[in-house]
Amino acid sequence: MTQIPMERKVLGENDRIAAALREEFHRRGIFCLNLISSPGAGKTLLLEKTLEGFAPDRRVAVLTGDIQTDNDARRLARYGFPVQQITTAGACHLDARMIERHLANWDLSTIGLLLIENVGNLVCPTSYDLGEDAKVVILSVAEGDDKPLKYPGIFHRAELLVLSKIDLLPYVPFDIAAARDNARKVNPAIEIVELSSTTGAGLDAWRAWLDRRAVH
Amino acid sequence: MHELSIAQSVVEAVEKELESQPGALLRKIGLRIGELSGVDPDSLRFSWECLTRETGFEGVALVIETRAWQRRCPPCDIVFAVSDYQTVCPQCGTRETEHAGGNELDIAYLELETP
Repeated sequence: MTQIPMERKVLGENDRIAAALREEFHRRGIFCLNLISSPGAGKTLLLEKTLEGFAPDRRVAVLTGDIQTDNDARRLARYGFPVQQITTAGACHLDARMIERHLANWDLSTIGLLLIENVGNLVCPTSYDLGEDAKVVILSVAEGDDKPLKYPGIFHRAELLVLSKIDLLPYVPFDIAAARDNARKVNPAIEIVELSSTTGAGLDAWRAWLDRRAVH
Repeated sequence: MHELSIAQSVVEAVEKELESQPGALLRKIGLRIGELSGVDPDSLRFSWECLTRETGFEGVALVIETRAWQRRCPPCDIVFAVSDYQTVCPQCGTRETEHAGGNELDIAYLELETP
């Protein structure tokens, strides 16, 4: 019996495609975000509010992932910017090849900001690099304030935590200080924005983060 | 539950590697999985068995080494395992520690029977 060292990443092929995408995004000056949350945390509504606030000449495009249906793409297309649905037909995450394939349909010279809405899931999307500049994790106050501890992988890798649906705080037992503290335990450097896409509270802070981060 | 996709990626990467080992019989695959990788070793083993049944990889053992979440404290020049989410340096107490391990999802080695 011979043991031969292999020392390869299991997702090396995904990482290779993601690295090529990242290089192309940087060459073209495209800033790319990968939005990750559990199902129903408010990714699509946040994107709708984000697109609604952009000037019509903003060079933004959205890829939205779901296991089935193009409902989200139809919701997002109303704002006049390019949107494509990625239907994974069962897969619980997006991978770099899906991004590469869908981007082939677009003229990338018209895009400055690429927003990717991942499939609703806090575990699986964490492993797959999509070539993004940053991962954003969204946690709604209708969930548990201990989620950063239960799903440390994504909170560890995210640059920004969006605490969403804060208009519901009077009706739910969510402890926002505990949630912030738990997120910082897992990732001391994580930035945090609190907002409600329904009332608009905190959206300015999200837009400010986006504008500040996108120019770097 | 993306362990099935992960198992598929292991098959593809190992198949590629075996192209340079003609005639060799694969017996074991050594994997390294970090605590923060989001991959559950038990469900990966289960996925592996389902995926490789009645294929050339049937019966190949997955040997999984799990890796702890680790951080480094640059001033103290130490690496420590994070337990109970304590990312502060146990020696000097600074919060300014850096990631040092736990995201691993690697194929470390193959064990082959060579002709």
